[in-house]
Amino acid sequence: MRIFEYIGKELFNRFGLPVPKGKVVSCADEAALAAAEIGPVVVKAQILSGKRGKSGGIRFANTPAEAKSIALELLGANIRGYLVEKLLVEEKLAVDQEFYLAVTIDEEAKSPVIIASNQGGIDIEEVPENRILKVHTDAELGMYPFIARNIVRRLGLDLGSQHGKELVKAILATYQVFQEKDAVLVEINPLVFSGEKIFAADAKVIIDPEARFRQKDIPYVEDQTETEKLAHDLGLSYVELKGDIAVMANGAGIAMSTLDILMHYGGTPANFLDVVGGTDTETIARSLEILLAKKPKVIFINIFGGSTRCDDVARAYVKVKKKGSGIQVPVVIRLEGTNQDKGRRILQECGIEAYTDMEEAAAKAVELAACAPAGSSS
Amino acid sequence: MAIIVDQNTKVIVQGITGKQGSFHIRQMLAYGTKVVAGVTPGKGGITFEGVPVYDTVQAVLENHQVDATVIFIQAAIAKDAVMEALEAGIGIVVVITEHIPIHDELEFISYARRKGAILIGPNTFGIISSGKCKIGIPPNQFFIPGPVGLVSRSGTLAYEIAKKLAAAGFGQSTAVGMGGDCVKGLTFVEILKLFEADPETRAVVLIGEIGGDAEEEASVYIKEMTKPVVAYIAGKSAPPEKQMGHAGAIIRGGRGTYQGKVKALSKAGALVAEMPSEVPEKISKLLA
Repeated sequence: MRIFEYIGKELFNRFGLPVPKGKVVSCADEAALAAAEIGPVVVKAQILSGKRGKSGGIRFANTPAEAKSIALELLGANIRGYLVEKLLVEEKLAVDQEFYLAVTIDEEAKSPVIIASNQGGIDIEEVPENRILKVHTDAELGMYPFIARNIVRRLGLDLGSQHGKELVKAILATYQVFQEKDAVLVEINPLVFSGEKIFAADAKVIIDPEARFRQKDIPYVEDQTETEKLAHDLGLSYVELKGDIAVMANGAGIAMSTLDILMHYGGTPANFLDVVGGTDTETIARSLEILLAKKPKVIFINIFGGSTRCDDVARAYVKVKKKGSGIQVPVVIRLEGTNQDKGRRILQECGIEAYTDMEEAAAKAVELAACAPAGSSS
Repeated sequence: MAIIVDQNTKVIVQGITGKQGSFHIRQMLAYGTKVVAGVTPGKGGITFEGVPVYDTVQAVLENHQVDATVIFIQAAIAKDAVMEALEAGIGIVVVITEHIPIHDELEFISYARRKGAILIGPNTFGIISSGKCKIGIPPNQFFIPGPVGLVSRSGTLAYEIAKKLAAAGFGQSTAVGMGGDCVKGLTFVEILKLFEADPETRAVVLIGEIGGDAEEEASVYIKEMTKPVVAYIAGKSAPPEKQMGHAGAIIRGGRGTYQGKVKALSKAGALVAEMPSEVPEKISKLLA
């Protein structure tokens, strides 16, 4: 879950990592006022995307008037697909040296990793491999000052110098944000020395969505469509796609495989929907309604019941069918696994014969979509 | 033979009286798993489905010999339960729970490593040595004894392919769910090594999916294996994953795509199935 730069910087500040003096504004007059207070500033569009500099989303202003005209231009603009609603107006620093610093998770090593380089300020992908330091930590042991001291030494700084001491503190604070805020990424590029002092000039923070329950103080940005939000509120995993066959499956693996098989037969899936194991009739019924609302040509339900029970799925279908406008599009259902016979019987009573083989069922769904009347899809 | 668990494995269930635990304890007992005890704090002293329930893992160990535990504890407090089992010295810990925060996972995976314990999952269907022992949640009817070792990141896809294999006459020695989260305890390579050494296993089916680089890692070892490997990778048609920032890109080194995985596996000598139904076809040619 990505958060805006200014929210990341608020976190940094809270954990003792200095950030440039700045103000968040949402209109041009506020931008001018902020610049009048701060002096020469950098105006930064607050969007959840990297490469803002290259897209004109980061601009310098020497006077309040300049800040105002830049703000007028940026607010309401669309940068890299994102609408700019807020700007961070920040003190322009006199930069003496730039570093790259990040803490993230190395999946393969199953541990956190600190990544640092004394070539900050440019895309880290462009920094030669031998100039990037990667230091793994042990999640259970956690972070220690000696680890930070080793990194600083290897970056070529004198540990007795003011810069060396500041950088040790900055690494410890960054790691603390990573650990205490359940981040999967904390990236600062650049981390700068301005005179004797260190500042995080940027903040890219991604929080683990599974830890939301214990990170309630972080304002999250909803980066999803209305339908995706509806599904996520039900605890389901849903991604919108461009095709015309709506898909419901249980389990991420089988849901992905279902899309692959539909494509194999020449169909195009309208979405990825994983109804997580153990889901009840009510939730499945509501997710079916979500699929119907997108007006697909065909709905394909592919269930291999482990903890999802086939009779719950069948009951959900019947429930939606009998309600209000019912179900106007063809539905292909494949049921197998836990309570499959019960599920099949329930469907037979309303005239639906469930498939047992998913490839056969997928082929049928594709065939039905191909002969559906034009215009029945949105 | 089989890997990791067999008919003698003594199992406890943490979270035995919960919604998931209570459903699956019945299924595990029906499959023949030797469940010796359960743990639910506050319910110590009762008997559930014929199994004695204790308040803590330590209390169980004062009364029973235990080889493995299965965790059916909700995500927010799962770390406590896993740590409790590891600290008590249980050698096999199967973590079924999904949605556990990744920082919690990193901590207990690291602790398991230090304790020398086998940790399966998290977010796994568990492990099943056909006809001998099931620890976890797969439906009972599709896992019959046979020569195929199966390892999968996904649960339902593993059941799907196990069913197709069984229908073609091929049972499984052991099926292991590696787990669907970014970090895992046991990995493909460790599981493949066990299958390579298991006399009952004659071929291995590996079920992967896009994202991460577990399959690329596995390929390096598959090259050395004497037993044939058939792989199926889900996610061929999925739109490109959302990047986890630059740091993530550096770690992965651009790996994780469907094409990349298929290429790595094929190069290592694995047979890659395009569709799930091709898996039993390829296995039957190999074992004919």
